[in-house]
Amino acid sequence: MPDQLVVPGPPGQPGGAHVELTDISKSFGGVRALEAVNLRIDRGSIHALVGENGAGKSTLGKIIAGVTVPDRGQMLLRGGQVRFHTPREAIARGIVLIAQELSIVPALSVAENVFLGAEPRRGGVVNRRALRKRYADLAASAGFDLRGDLNAGALRTADQQKVEILRALSRDAELIVMDEPTAALSRPDVDLLHEVIRRLAAAGTTVVLVSHFLGEVLELADQVTVLRDGKLVRTAAAAEETETTLLSAMLGRPLGTAFPVRRPVPPHAPVVLSVQGLTASGVTNVSLEVRAGEIVGLAGLIGAGRTELASAVYRAVRAQSGVITLSPPRQQAPVQLHRAGSPRAALMAGLALIPEGRKEHGLLLGRPIGENVSLAALAKFHRGGLVRRRAERRAVDAVLVKAGVRVRSQAAPASTLSGGNQQKLLFARILLCEPKVLIADEPTRGVDVGSKRAIYDLLTELAADGLGVLLISSDVEEILGLAHRVLVMRLGGITAELTGSEMTEAAILSAAFGAARGGT
Amino acid sequence: MNNSDVTGSRAALALPSGAGMVSMLRKAGIVWPFLILFIVLSVASGPFFSKVNLLDILDQQASTLIIAAAGTMVLVAGCIDLSVGATYALAGVTATELALHTSPFLAVVAGVATGLVVGLVNGVVATTFRINSLIATLAMSFVVSGLASLVTSGNLIIAYAKPGFADLARTVFLSVNTSTWTMIAVVLLFGLVLSRTAAGRYMYAAGSNADAARLAGVRVQQTRLLAFVLSGGAAALGGVIDASRVLSAQASNGETTLTFTVLAGIVVGGTSILGGEGAIWRTVVGVLFIALIGNGSDLLGLNPLYDQIALGVILLLAVGADAWSRLRVT
Repeated sequence: MPDQLVVPGPPGQPGGAHVELTDISKSFGGVRALEAVNLRIDRGSIHALVGENGAGKSTLGKIIAGVTVPDRGQMLLRGGQVRFHTPREAIARGIVLIAQELSIVPALSVAENVFLGAEPRRGGVVNRRALRKRYADLAASAGFDLRGDLNAGALRTADQQKVEILRALSRDAELIVMDEPTAALSRPDVDLLHEVIRRLAAAGTTVVLVSHFLGEVLELADQVTVLRDGKLVRTAAAAEETETTLLSAMLGRPLGTAFPVRRPVPPHAPVVLSVQGLTASGVTNVSLEVRAGEIVGLAGLIGAGRTELASAVYRAVRAQSGVITLSPPRQQAPVQLHRAGSPRAALMAGLALIPEGRKEHGLLLGRPIGENVSLAALAKFHRGGLVRRRAERRAVDAVLVKAGVRVRSQAAPASTLSGGNQQKLLFARILLCEPKVLIADEPTRGVDVGSKRAIYDLLTELAADGLGVLLISSDVEEILGLAHRVLVMRLGGITAELTGSEMTEAAILSAAFGAARGGT
Repeated sequence: MNNSDVTGSRAALALPSGAGMVSMLRKAGIVWPFLILFIVLSVASGPFFSKVNLLDILDQQASTLIIAAAGTMVLVAGCIDLSVGATYALAGVTATELALHTSPFLAVVAGVATGLVVGLVNGVVATTFRINSLIATLAMSFVVSGLASLVTSGNLIIAYAKPGFADLARTVFLSVNTSTWTMIAVVLLFGLVLSRTAAGRYMYAAGSNADAARLAGVRVQQTRLLAFVLSGGAAALGGVIDASRVLSAQASNGETTLTFTVLAGIVVGGTSILGGEGAIWRTVVGVLFIALIGNGSDLLGLNPLYDQIALGVILLLAVGADAWSRLRVT
């Protein structure tokens, strides 16, 4: 692999300060996001920013990249004072931000995306040959094996991230701020990206890594800065930190156990969800059962078909074959979901889904919190066609308390809540429906540590109350910490069922990668 | 959990102050300009603030208000209905033609039924066949216009011989025309449906995030279908009322001008063309605001050309304000 990268500008002397921030403060509408933060980022280092949601780590990254302008404080870039007002100014000085939401133009090719806005032109027309050549040079020097003529929209997220990185490099970036780059990646892609980040740093590019994943931070970073409530707690060498020390610094208190105590499933608990021979798009002949009070973990790589399975069971997409039976306890007869059914029918039969992607598939962001919660159970508050608003408000208040969401007003739009609270809002919605089975698809993605624990508690309590839970998660620890039983999916089918002492990270990963069958 | 609560309450505190200003501005929206214009006209023009003139404005705007109230529901549900002008004309000529031969009551019922059918077709095409409602209803407007011309054979239909048909619009009750009473009743009813019923909630949900709504068990297609049916019915009622008022109708009545006047009123009122936001009371204020501009410049003897320019500028401001507030919020 070629070791040298396109590193423009003066060669970095490792150890020298690349960026120095002094007394940086920023408020959003009267709320302090950052307060008097001092930070020094060394050239060619990987510097991680960690903290809970709302701690100010993303804001700090955005200030460095000129996306956000601080209210107070100064910034030195290689010793000279700078004040960025737009990302454009920062880019001109070699600082690029790669945001969590990637800015890929899906209809354009990889190479066109990389050189977007800076295409080699001749007389106003894009010079395709020069574009191809430049791309090939850039990709080769970065050591990326990614064809330039592919359609960028069809790429996996990990490859789209490569496109963003190449774009940054093509603009002579010396410092790249990455905001949660691995949040949406599956394990092998995470490793790939880590390799890329390491290589960037080795070649002298400074990387500022904003991440929720402490394991990743400890593995990659040279320096770690912990933020809490907008204030800098400490900056230390990653070698001196452990997950425990970082967590207690982030939370400001010693950490309790990460997962609530698992309550055993009663021995004769009835089966509440039974799926037999389900085949749908991305799902091949899947059978599974969930019992009352049981949390069944569904593990697998991204693209293994877990979300597709959830959609097919919930009847959000049409299944080709298979029988889905819901057997609610304390109800006479089991209910079979019709093949041409709908989410509405599934919901009425006692099956609820918390979908992956709360913003895309879960919430009505612009609508009031109250409407978001009562949406699925509005029929309960009907009288003569009209919604009984007082009864609705009271019921919504009750489930909001139960789900641990504190809101000032139900009338505020859902978009005003933090990510963790938005996710809990979906739990509140489900609580109002009183389902017998819950499928939770990545319920803690992009959620801060405190809310994660609250969601774990919720799932455990729901199960203790007799709900059957199918928990889909890419976080193996989460599955091991919560589930009574683990199913592993690979290529649309279930490849392993693990119980008791078989439930280990190694067993899950080897089943997910198909290692047991000699594949990779 | 303590920590997450802190995060939560902070977020709840933080955003309303930033986005709150914008949303407040937007909530107030058209109300202030409307009140200011109203006061200015009352001062500047003697005849403006008189019972006759004000009732006259309401009466003239009756059909527009009815159609715009239903149109608000379509927009809130995330669709658009461009066929209202054509439906208005078709219902007008159908009712007038029937009034010549049968009872006025039957004529009115048949006229409104025509609109309900058009709305149903619109809804089915836009939801079941998943054709973008902008194109679906535009196409329908040509079909419906053609049908209206078939009914009239291109002529003006006159029903002066059937004064009974005029009772629908022209009967005076408590010194107000029945056309105005009908408008008030229908607009209140639609307002109730949108703001207080489950169907109304589902319209907001469908327009705000159709996918999330469906996963939450909302029948998005049926909800939108209902909005289209109501819109078609409202357009027809408007057409029938106006035909009854003047005892005549022709196929080229209304047409695109009406469609866009209605849309302008809705949007000026502050309902988002992107769906999920809006209210019928806003539409009422928006439509009346536009009407005041026309009425005021008539009374003050201004060149009517300025009305159009003013309307265009106001429309741009309204859409701009909506886009801007969305930019700030999300």
